[in-house]
Amino acid sequence: MTTPFYVAPEQLMKDRADYARKGIARGRSLVALSYDNGILIVAENRSNTLRKVSEIYDRIAFGGVGKYNEFDQLRIAGVRHADLKGYAYSREDVDAQSLANQYAQILGQTFTHEMKPMEVEILVAEIGEGPEHDQMFHIRYDGTVDDETAHVVLGGEAEAISERVAAAYEPGLSLEAALNAAVNALAGPEGTLRAPDLEVAVLARGNGRRSFSRIEGDELAALLG
Amino acid sequence: MSLPLYDPSNDPGPSFVGLLRRAGLEMAVPTENVSDRLPVTHGTTVLAIRSNSGVVMAGDRRATSGNLISHRHIEKVFPADRHSGIAIAGAAGPAVEMVKLFQLQLEHYEKVEGNALSLEGKANQLGQMIRNHLGMAMQGLAVVPLFAGYDHRREQGRLFQYDITGGRYEEHNHASTGSGSLHAGQVLKLGWTPDMTAEAAIDLAMSALEQAADSDSATGGPDLVRRIFPIVATIDADGFTALEDDDVEDRFQAILQERTEQTQ
Repeated sequence: MTTPFYVAPEQLMKDRADYARKGIARGRSLVALSYDNGILIVAENRSNTLRKVSEIYDRIAFGGVGKYNEFDQLRIAGVRHADLKGYAYSREDVDAQSLANQYAQILGQTFTHEMKPMEVEILVAEIGEGPEHDQMFHIRYDGTVDDETAHVVLGGEAEAISERVAAAYEPGLSLEAALNAAVNALAGPEGTLRAPDLEVAVLARGNGRRSFSRIEGDELAALLG
Repeated sequence: MSLPLYDPSNDPGPSFVGLLRRAGLEMAVPTENVSDRLPVTHGTTVLAIRSNSGVVMAGDRRATSGNLISHRHIEKVFPADRHSGIAIAGAAGPAVEMVKLFQLQLEHYEKVEGNALSLEGKANQLGQMIRNHLGMAMQGLAVVPLFAGYDHRREQGRLFQYDITGGRYEEHNHASTGSGSLHAGQVLKLGWTPDMTAEAAIDLAMSALEQAADSDSATGGPDLVRRIFPIVATIDADGFTALEDDDVEDRFQAILQERTEQTQ
């Protein structure tokens, strides 16, 4: 057996982080922002079947960017976690924060102990009684968690897109205004994005028990104007 | 509660029951007949009728333990998801648990897979759950539900009856189960007409329950003193809608009025 070369831990972590960031940057980005009636999630996604945004529970939605099979596995684990918790305790005991912590544990664990880190970034969004109680958790490939209440961007060009969202954002935007702000931020100053390039969903207050719904087809085209 | 991640070879897929089994949360089967030793609460009469726009489901509110009335306002008709409903008769505890599991199973499937099950698929799922319950049924905890829903592919209402082994029988016109089903079933058989409207089916469901309560001590009739009335729900292309109590009360008053005139 040959002796492995010594690699400094700093170097090892940096290499892994670079690897994960490169993987994530290959995919397209996702924007979530709070509007007057809930949370809007917009992803650039040309596929109609491979979803980046999905329902986790009554008031909780999931968003993922990066490698599809990796974030989809996490999405399913999230649905299972939420449904099991709601079954064992009660529906109101299921919350985004505990799920975000679970994701952070798994991503952090994988980042330090496995052969390769997961090339994903995850969004866990939950609507509250009013906009002041909306929560958005952004979990990165290394298990870092940020919580936001207004807007969050996931993906490779997050910084540039984030600046554009922040410039257009103000509290209490209508759905149409929020959607156009998100789409313009994703497209950038030169680009345009049309309905078939987008995957849009909302967590809306007053939508019944299951607040998640998708905005597709004619409805989406009409909102984009 | 940790994040449930499984190896691909051991993955429960979209099955919530399979997930419960892996998480060790499955209900244990008793080794002896429970009803010999302890009083078991039973739910009684429920029924479903096919109308020209979908299905009407209804159930009385009484639960009995032996010869005692143990609850006067339990619910036996539930939405299973947006376009289907489940009504239960039999041992009330396991039946309510089965409803909860079935509702979760349908929602869980829809979220994991991204598409809802077909109505046929839902009916088969319930059959499997009843079959898995056979061990409990043999210990005196039998559950016999009715399942009904609106089939978007066929654009019509459909209803399914089950036996305790999980045998699934599709009924074309009407179905009833529980202790008062004999009496309720007769009323349905005589009153059902092809192409009947949801309105007519609601009235037929109510008079069937009223007749069952009149002849079967375990079926609760309309309770005018406490203002407790059977639960009646319609399922059509727009989904599951339970009738308001006031509406049900008015309809019962009309039926009782008619009955009073007949007997005097």
